[in-house]
Amino acid sequence: MTYANRVVSALADPTRMSVLEKLRDGPRSVGEIANDLPVSRPAVSQHLKVLKEAGLVSDRSVGTRRIYYIDPKGLGAMRAWLDQFWETALDAFKLAAEAEAEKANKKEKK
Amino acid sequence: MSTQIRPAPVRKSVFVDAPQAVAFDVFTSGIGQWWPKSHHIGKCDLDRPVIESKAGGRWYERDVDGSECEIGKVLVWDPPSRLMLAWQLTPDWKFDPNLVTEVEVTFTAEGNGTRVDLEHRHLERMGDKADAMRESVSGPGGWPALLQLYADQANSEKGDAA
Repeated sequence: MTYANRVVSALADPTRMSVLEKLRDGPRSVGEIANDLPVSRPAVSQHLKVLKEAGLVSDRSVGTRRIYYIDPKGLGAMRAWLDQFWETALDAFKLAAEAEAEKANKKEKK
Repeated sequence: MSTQIRPAPVRKSVFVDAPQAVAFDVFTSGIGQWWPKSHHIGKCDLDRPVIESKAGGRWYERDVDGSECEIGKVLVWDPPSRLMLAWQLTPDWKFDPNLVTEVEVTFTAEGNGTRVDLEHRHLERMGDKADAMRESVSGPGGWPALLQLYADQANSEKGDAA
């Protein structure tokens, strides 16, 4: 799986793993997660941010609260996969575009 | 399902040391030079992808045996600064004419080069189609199995590092 590395590094932290485990019971706010774990709210927020970037959780606003939940449909995984896909593709594109520009430059100088 | 999933768009930027027009051309007519070869559609054995140079044009892959597989279409064709494509592949990499996710690419001249910004959005439209993906990544056990798999892998990597 091409997105595995990002996901693996997101889960490499045992506390982050516990945060994710909490969400397996259902959607939760930062405060609710922090109450269940020996971790501060800012630390929980930070872990959720990493999990979100890895595509493992999503969030939504409910009134003034922000609720986090595990993406049950695999869209997070899809997003993480596409993220990796475009990263690879654009790296290759950069090389191709620069090679093309160099070719044009040489022709000009002749 | 009560929980509406709205994944954030995938956003990527890259600076290329090439003029704007060259960057646009290589992205479009030169897509065969950089499109990851390991990614191709269904039974299509990739020869090269093609982006037709007009709004409404096709975006497809030409197979080595000459057959063609749709990827999507061109929504906006505005060289050398902007391109918008419809990515119409489901998570299991099959073309679905009813699915439209947008890939917008802008090319901005910057110094002697070009900044290329890509945004792939409306991924939530893949929601109904994501089951196949979920199956393929998580197997019959669903999320718990997937989490366990990653946890094992993470732990073994940590073990290697120690």
